[in-house]
Amino acid sequence: MSQYLLCVHGNEEIYSAVSSEDQQKMFADVGTFNEDIIAAGVFVFGGGLELASTATVVDASSGETILTDGPYLETKEHIGGFWIIDVADLDAALAWAAKGSAACQGKVEVRPFQPNE
Amino acid sequence: MTSSGPRTLVSVFDPASLGAVFRQESGRCVATLVRIFGDIDIAEEAVQEALIIATEKWPEIGVPPNPGAWITTTAKHRAIDRLRRESSRDDRHAQAALIHQRDEPPGPVGPVKDDRLRLIFTCCHPSLATNVQVALTLRLLGGLQTDEIARAFLVPEPTMAQRVVRAKNKIRANKIPYRVPDDHELPDRLSAVLTVVYLIFNEGYTASIGDDLVRDDLCDEAIRLARLLVELMPDEPEAVGLLALLVLTASRRTARVTPDGSIVVLRDQDRAMWDGSLIDEGQTLVRACIRRNRPGPFQIQAAINAVHSFAPTAADTDWAQVLTLYDQLLALSPTPIVALNRAVALVVVDGADVALAALDGPVFDIAALDGYHLYHATRADLLARLGRNADAAEAYAHAATLTDNAAEREFLESRRDSLG
Repeated sequence: MSQYLLCVHGNEEIYSAVSSEDQQKMFADVGTFNEDIIAAGVFVFGGGLELASTATVVDASSGETILTDGPYLETKEHIGGFWIIDVADLDAALAWAAKGSAACQGKVEVRPFQPNE
Repeated sequence: MTSSGPRTLVSVFDPASLGAVFRQESGRCVATLVRIFGDIDIAEEAVQEALIIATEKWPEIGVPPNPGAWITTTAKHRAIDRLRRESSRDDRHAQAALIHQRDEPPGPVGPVKDDRLRLIFTCCHPSLATNVQVALTLRLLGGLQTDEIARAFLVPEPTMAQRVVRAKNKIRANKIPYRVPDDHELPDRLSAVLTVVYLIFNEGYTASIGDDLVRDDLCDEAIRLARLLVELMPDEPEAVGLLALLVLTASRRTARVTPDGSIVVLRDQDRAMWDGSLIDEGQTLVRACIRRNRPGPFQIQAAINAVHSFAPTAADTDWAQVLTLYDQLLALSPTPIVALNRAVALVVVDGADVALAALDGPVFDIAALDGYHLYHATRADLLARLGRNADAAEAYAHAATLTDNAAEREFLESRRDSLG
């Protein structure tokens, strides 16, 4: 089994402009998807994130710790949430990603974790 | 591969034939070793080593009766030796190899056949970009070296090498599975595989860049891969359709260019130069497809080419039949390119004005075709037929600016000039 990160990317402006009905449906769909991956025994961790504007960037790479208010990248697209799943291979991960993408109405990037060895 | 020749062949060593044997066998050997060791690099390196050993040993012992089995066995031993030696290179591979060996089902024929099929589906996995799928397929199944692939696609060798390395890393890191897809996903996945082979052929047939219109080696390689697909999946009519399409197209290869390298369009070709045996093969395959009655885009395109191949002269072409087939094709894959090709048949059956109306009509997504030289070339041809020479010349000139192929550009410019 291998772990994959399913990362949801989206435009927060577009997300927040969605009608509350559609938002309710999205929450419900994501809830169902979460139940499905837990029931299938592939769920490792996951969750939705607060807006990118709530982020703080920490950089201690030069010895001194520098804090910067806001997200790391100045871009319209941000990570809105993610799942980590444990499945047999990429085909299985892609199949779950397709369901997750449909549920959260966003693009999902699938990336494998390095093996723990 | 069984040798039908006399037993003495076994002991005859012909250095010139070695390259061909290696090319022929390398795909199946790599495929088998990928299954056993679960790693493409280990498989490739071991097969490469085995080929070097063959070059040294075969002059002494003669070419073995089953070169593929010899190479595979030698490569397997090499890989196991190497994995034991280099324990740093992940014990899991060595363990995996031993586990797989235990699990290996008996009977060499079935699994070996399936190995290549698995490898094709891995190379053409939808998570890989199309140009990556093409490069991997040529390298792992076609047995081409990276520098050969780079030359064929006019890409600098380091670029192609990097493309291949990244692809192999992606396959490994992601655990892209090494298996034939399940029935429910097979249609999509098979279509990707067939498309890759078709692209390889097309790249050879009409080189998109450069001065040589035909790069025969790529065409031949694509036909070899298509034959392999038919051998591996005899019940997939689209695989048969692809092979038929490729051999029928290839049958016109020599008639399509003049000795000085300029293009001869279908209606002006010397049909005596068409390759009769390829036409026979293609027509037979098309008939087999029609009997099966599970039409698909490649089968219909093959049928269209078969109709052309039946006509002794361009004037004898059964254009009504061609148009009917294009109507079917358009229904199955309603793309602008198909609509464009259909217009060529439409002009003969219903006239240039109807064809031009279809081209400029709402079915067309002009934006999708505006950068495509053949769209403007086709429009130019229709405009010329309608006597609108100034418009036609302009369209030809525009088409000429859109192709990187020197022969095509010269052809389009000569058409423009002929309009005075």
